[in-house]
Amino acid sequence: MTPAVSSLGLRCRNLEKRFGNFVALRRLNLEVHPGEAVALAGHNGSGKTTLLRLAAGLTRPTAGALHIGPGESTAAESRAHIGFVAHQTMLYDELSAEENLFLFANLQSITGAAERVSALLAEVGLAERRTSLVRTFSRGMRQRLTIARALLHGPALLLFDEPGTGLDAPGIIWLAATLARLRDTGCTILMSLHGQAELAAVATRAIRLQAGAVAADSFTGEPIESVLRVTET
Amino acid sequence: MALLHSTGILLGKELRTELRSRELITTTLVFILLVVVLFSFTFDPTSSESRRFGPGLLWVAFLFAASLMLQPCFLREQMNDTLSALRMSSPDPFAIFLAKLTANTMFLLLTELLMLPIFSVLYNVPILKVFPALLLVLFAGSAGICVTGTAVAAISAQARMRELLLPLLLLPLLTPVLIASTEATAALLAEEPALRLDWVGFLAAFDIVFLTALWLFGEYLLEE
Amino acid sequence: MKKALAAFLVVGLLGIAAYASLFVAPTERTMGDIQRIFYLHMPSAVVAFCAFLVTFVANLLYVFRRQERWDWLGVSAAEVGLAFISVVLITGPIWAHPVWGIWWTWDARLTSTFVLWLLYVSYLLLRTLVEDPHRRALLSAVYGIFAFLDVPLVHMSIRWWRTQHPQPVLMGGPGTGLAPEMKRVLLINFIALVSLMIFLVRERYELEALRAQVDVLRREGEAA
Repeated sequence: MTPAVSSLGLRCRNLEKRFGNFVALRRLNLEVHPGEAVALAGHNGSGKTTLLRLAAGLTRPTAGALHIGPGESTAAESRAHIGFVAHQTMLYDELSAEENLFLFANLQSITGAAERVSALLAEVGLAERRTSLVRTFSRGMRQRLTIARALLHGPALLLFDEPGTGLDAPGIIWLAATLARLRDTGCTILMSLHGQAELAAVATRAIRLQAGAVAADSFTGEPIESVLRVTET
Repeated sequence: MALLHSTGILLGKELRTELRSRELITTTLVFILLVVVLFSFTFDPTSSESRRFGPGLLWVAFLFAASLMLQPCFLREQMNDTLSALRMSSPDPFAIFLAKLTANTMFLLLTELLMLPIFSVLYNVPILKVFPALLLVLFAGSAGICVTGTAVAAISAQARMRELLLPLLLLPLLTPVLIASTEATAALLAEEPALRLDWVGFLAAFDIVFLTALWLFGEYLLEE
Repeated sequence: MKKALAAFLVVGLLGIAAYASLFVAPTERTMGDIQRIFYLHMPSAVVAFCAFLVTFVANLLYVFRRQERWDWLGVSAAEVGLAFISVVLITGPIWAHPVWGIWWTWDARLTSTFVLWLLYVSYLLLRTLVEDPHRRALLSAVYGIFAFLDVPLVHMSIRWWRTQHPQPVLMGGPGTGLAPEMKRVLLINFIALVSLMIFLVRERYELEALRAQVDVLRREGEAA
């Protein structure tokens, strides 16, 4: 995969997001430095997904600010440098693997789209199924294609929401290796995790969210493993 | 230019998905056919009666069919959250609307064209001579339905009772289109056909007003 | 205290207006006493339109500024406008029946008023079907803008379609026009109804603001 152009950091200042009466993020202050690989942990509803969607510029904050890069760029302005993997696949079931990738590559006016798409399909192990409809794919294959879509434009900031979803054991190992390589090329990674020690091993920093605020951060010295340990309730 | 570029790509996607399943076009066509046939029982379909009621009946059928056909255009994007991917990848959110409303207009127009000969035969109204003018009216009216309808579909997709809500929000907005299209069609189907350019002009004005409104405010409908 | 005074003033004005309409204004030559309903009917229509104009401006301000108060103003004015337009739709037939001999006719102004009523019913309906307050505010604001843009188009299309309504009596050509006493009574009614509209919108706005405050308190209660 092509190395990232440059790394991008991310800063949240008093970031707040409410959905009706539900407070998803509560005056969150957080700085992710360029080149860090941050693992986010926390229960369902702790605000991980909301944080990632805010960082992707898909949602507006209710209050506070989120900036990407060295300046005051908003998430929406930085979209061209962000690779996003959501809970849902963000793929068209009625299109083939290759059509899905070409659609997003063309929308983003990527030069050399054909080579890029072929390379990525080979990378995620779907080269042989490139013309099959996504509808016929297993959840794991879809997840691989989703990751390929997020990497199409060589983003400098990766926002991955539970990227291991649907992947089998070899798939997780492949993903961990891919993430480690991206990290080493200088990509900034912010990913929410649910268990999966292999993926956690890629992280250089861990943050645990609780009720929309930072509950623990390995940046303050706490070991990554203990930050990621979410007690089941 | 960038807008047309991304609109073209997205339109290709819309057409490809529809041509693969043909779901929308077939169901819409069957629906219009049903309305047209059922309506023939409610009055005596002689040629002169049909000239009076036919145009209105046709446009009411098109309107209701469109309010069904427009349902999935944003719901489909919600299924796998592809709308988020589109929002992140398209330089201009208006391209998303432009592609959808173009595709919807094409689908609606196609079903209307398939329907016309059936209507002509069933109701004994000749249409062949006025066909080019009729096509103009059909286009102007269908574009109005789909411009407004695509915007309203984006609204109703985010509410409860969305299937019911779409026609409730859309039909009052489309009163002018119904009147203008019906009047223009009636003039064309009359004993002495006439192309009412005033009504066609009115439809064009409607299309432009709502296209501009969509251009100005559409992006807010895609926000989360 | 201030509110009681305002309410007292509004009621007083309404009383004066009612008295003037019933006893001061001269009896119309051909229509007789039933014409007196005009003093309520016509100003209500204008006041309703003003309320919808307020809604439109509030909708625009919400879209661009995203301050809750514009949403509150939008819904308040729309509800009050809808109440006034309902008065128009009820008094219209009461007047029409003795004068025209029918309760309802698909006349231009009547019909467009009815469509206007439907548009704002849809606007309020949409608001009940979206849970999240921000999304509700945004979606209904955009729909409100679309609805308001539709109003002149509805009116024009229906006017070209058919007209039976009495021609405008105030700004009509020579030969039309009201007796000076009638004009004065009409003016009093205008003032009374406008002040009633402003009073109601303010009350409704405060209610909406309180409702939002209750939501905030409930949220804080849940968080604690």
